Amino acid sequence: MLRLEQLTKIYKTGDKALKAVDLEIPKGQVLALIGPSGAGKSTLIRCINRLVEPSSGKVQLNGVELTSLGSSALRRERRRMGMIFQEYALVERLTVMENVLSGRLGYVGFFRSFLRKFPQSDVDEAFRLLDRVGLLAMADKRADELSGGQRQRVGICRALIQNPSVLLVDEPTASLDPKTSRQIMRLIVELCEERKLAAIVNIHDVALAQMFVQRIVGLQSGAIVFDGAPAELDEDVLTRIYGAEDWSETIQKVDEDDEEDAA
Amino acid sequence: MAISTKNGTKVWQRRDRNGQLKVWAMWLVGTAIFMWSWQQISDATTWAFFWDAPRIAADIGGRAMPPRWGYMDKLWAPLWDTLNIATLGTVLALMMAVPVAFLAARNTTPSAMFIRPIALLIIVSSRSINSLIWALLLVKIIGPGIFAGLIAIAIRSIGFCAKLLYEAIEEIDESQVEAIAATGAGRWQVMAYGILPQIMPAFAGISVFRWDINLRESTVLGLVGAGGIGLQLQGSLNTLAWPQVSLILILILLAVVVSEWVSAKVRGAII
Amino acid sequence: MSATLDTRLGQPWKKPPFVKSAALRWTMIIGALLYLVLALNSIDVNWSRVYRGLDRGWEFVIAFVNPDFSSRANDIKVGLTESVVMALASTVVGIAISIPIGLGAARNISVLPVYLVCRSVIALSRALNEIVVAILLVAIFGFGPLAGFITLSFATIGFLSKLLAEEIEDMDRVQAEAVRATGASWLQRYVYGIHPQVIPRLIGLSIYRLDINFRESAVLGIVGAGGIGATLNTAFDRYEFDTAAAILLVIIAIVMVLEYLSGIIRARVQ
Repeated sequence: MLRLEQLTKIYKTGDKALKAVDLEIPKGQVLALIGPSGAGKSTLIRCINRLVEPSSGKVQLNGVELTSLGSSALRRERRRMGMIFQEYALVERLTVMENVLSGRLGYVGFFRSFLRKFPQSDVDEAFRLLDRVGLLAMADKRADELSGGQRQRVGICRALIQNPSVLLVDEPTASLDPKTSRQIMRLIVELCEERKLAAIVNIHDVALAQMFVQRIVGLQSGAIVFDGAPAELDEDVLTRIYGAEDWSETIQKVDEDDEEDAA
Repeated sequence: MAISTKNGTKVWQRRDRNGQLKVWAMWLVGTAIFMWSWQQISDATTWAFFWDAPRIAADIGGRAMPPRWGYMDKLWAPLWDTLNIATLGTVLALMMAVPVAFLAARNTTPSAMFIRPIALLIIVSSRSINSLIWALLLVKIIGPGIFAGLIAIAIRSIGFCAKLLYEAIEEIDESQVEAIAATGAGRWQVMAYGILPQIMPAFAGISVFRWDINLRESTVLGLVGAGGIGLQLQGSLNTLAWPQVSLILILILLAVVVSEWVSAKVRGAII
Repeated sequence: MSATLDTRLGQPWKKPPFVKSAALRWTMIIGALLYLVLALNSIDVNWSRVYRGLDRGWEFVIAFVNPDFSSRANDIKVGLTESVVMALASTVVGIAISIPIGLGAARNISVLPVYLVCRSVIALSRALNEIVVAILLVAIFGFGPLAGFITLSFATIGFLSKLLAEEIEDMDRVQAEAVRATGASWLQRYVYGIHPQVIPRLIGLSIYRLDINFRESAVLGIVGAGGIGATLNTAFDRYEFDTAAAILLVIIAIVMVLEYLSGIIRARVQ
C-alpha cells in the first residue's frame, strides 16, 4: 500500500508544483493520474521515489516512511518501486538483456554488475519477462535498434524484474502511436493484475485512461480536484481539471475496435 | 541596417552611421596593432640574412639531397621509442583524465563549489603549456630519456582529454541516468550503467584523436633530450649532417601520414 | 540459436562481444598485451635518478607558490612582447592568406586544378610539425622572430583554410544558389552568398587560432625562433625554477584571458 500525506513540492524558482497532496493507493489498484501539462503529475511520481526531493509531507510504502530515509536505505526502498518512463529511458548503447538486468542492480554488488555476472535466477527471470512481452528473440540486440513499442516493453521488463510492490509509470504512451499505446497500456494493466501490483500511471490521454483503469485522479496546479471511477468522469469534471472546452468527443466508452489488436 | 533620407530619396545602407564608424575604428585599431607588430619583428630581423635566404635555402637543399638512406639502421630504435612515448603517454593520460573529467563535469562532480574549480584548474594548466615545455622541465627534474618524454606527453594530454570528456559527460541524456538510479542502483552502478555506455564513443574518439596528435609531438621531444627520433634530429642538425636531417624529416612526415590514416580508420570503425 | 524460453532458461547469459570473430578478438587482445610488455620493457627508467629528481621537482612546485617575476623582469618583458607580436602578426597574415586558399580548397566553388593545389598546401602545412618548420626556417633566415612569424603563419594557413573550406562545403547551398540565380559574378557571389554565412565562424576560428599561436610562440624560442621560449629555456638551463615558474604562470594567465575573450567574442558574433 502506498500512502501520500500532505506531500508538497516547491521548486527553487518558487513554483508550487504540489500543494499538500493526500492520496492512498491500496494493493493491486491501478490508478490513472490525469491533468494538464504542468499540473505536477510528473513531479508527484518523482517525489514518491525521490528522484525529485519533496519539500514536505510524507510518503509511506507498506508502512515504511520514505521521505526521511538516508541514501542507502532509500536505494533499498527504490528496489520496491519500478518506474516506467515516457521516452523509455533505456540505456541506448547497452543490449536489451543488460537493460532488463539493470533492474536488478539494487540487489547485486558493484563488481558482479560491472562484469555482467548476474545470478542465474535473475537471468532466468529476465528471459521469462522478455518472453512474456514477446521480445525473447531480441535479447542480444542493442536497445537503439528497437522500435518505440519494443523499447517500452523492455522498459516494463526492467521495472518488473525489480520485483516491485508498486509501479510508477510516467506517460508510458506519449511517444507511441495510438495502436501501440493501447497495447502497452493493456500490457501494463495485465501485468499489474497478474502480480497484484499497485500502479500510478500518469497519462494525458483521457480516453485511454478510462479504457483501462479502475480509478482516476485529476490533478490541477498541484492539487487533487477529482478522485473517482472512470464512469464518473463527465464534462463538468474535465472542465474542472483542464478548463472549459467541448468535451463531448473526448469521453468515450471502451470502443469495440479495441478487441482486434488484443491478440 | 538603416534607411536614411538624402536629397528626398531613401538611401539604404548596411549599417547606420554609428555602426559604420565603429567598424572603421576597429579596422583602424587592428591595422595599427598589426603595423606595430610588424615593426617589432622587422627591428629584430637582420634583413641581409633575409635577402640571402633563397641562396641559403638552395644550398641546404642541395646538401640535403639525396637523403642518407644508410642511416636508417640507426633510426629504427628511436622510431620505436617515439611510438612508445606517444602510445604509453596517451594511455597514462587517459587513466588520469577520466577521474578529472568526472570531477569537472557539472552533472557528476561531487561538489561544484570546491572540487570542480580544482579539476578545471588542472585542465587549464595542463592545456596551456606545450608538451615541449613540459619535456624541458621534466628533463631537468628526472633526467633525460624516454621516461621524461612519456610523462611530458601524458601531462599535456590530461587537460585536452579531460576537457573533451567532461563536455561529453555534460551532454549525456539524463533520463537514462535517472532510470538507472530509480532501480535502486548505487552511485558507482549508476556510473557504470547509466553514464559510461553513453560516453564510450566519445572516449574512444578522443583517445585516438589525442594519440594522433601525441605521435606528432613526440617526434620533436628529443630536441630537448626527452627521447625519440627528435634526439637524432638534434644530433644531425648540430653536426650539419643535412642528408641525415632530410631522411629524418621524411620519416617524421611518413609517421604523421600513417598515424592520421590509422586514427581515421579506427574512428570510422567506432562510429 | 533458439528463441524458445525453455531452451534459454538455466543457460548463463553473456554480453555479446564487441568484436564478433573470436580469432580476431584474441589476436587483438594478445597483440595489445604483447605490445604493452615490449613497450614497457624498452623504456628503462633510471629510478634512482628519478628519485633524486623528486627533490628538484618539489623545488619547482615550491617555486610555483613563490615565483620570481623581478630578477629577470626585463628578459621576461622582451620575450613576452616578442611572443605576443609574433602571435598577432602571424594570425593576421595567416588569415589573409587562408581566405583565398580556403575558397580554392572548397570543392563546391573551386575548379579542380586550383582545388588540388590548395589542398596540397593545406596537407603539407598540417603534416609538418611547427617545431620542425621552425628549425628549418631558423637555419635559412637566422635566429629571431622572423622565422617564428613565418612558421606560425604557415601553420595558421593549414588550420584555417581547411576549416574554412569545410565550412563553405557544408554551408547552406540553397542560399548560394539563390544569389547565383540573380546572375551575380564570382566575386559578388562570394560577398553576398557565402561571406555572410561563413564570417561569424571565421571570426571565432581566428580568435581560437590566435590563442593557439600564442601558445606555440611560447615554445618556438627553444629552437631559436624568437619569443618567450628562449627566456624559459635559459631559466631552466640555469635551474632558475622560480623565474621559470613566473614565466609559466604568465603564459597560463595570458592563455586563460585569451580563452575567456574568445568565448565572449564567439558568443557575440554567432
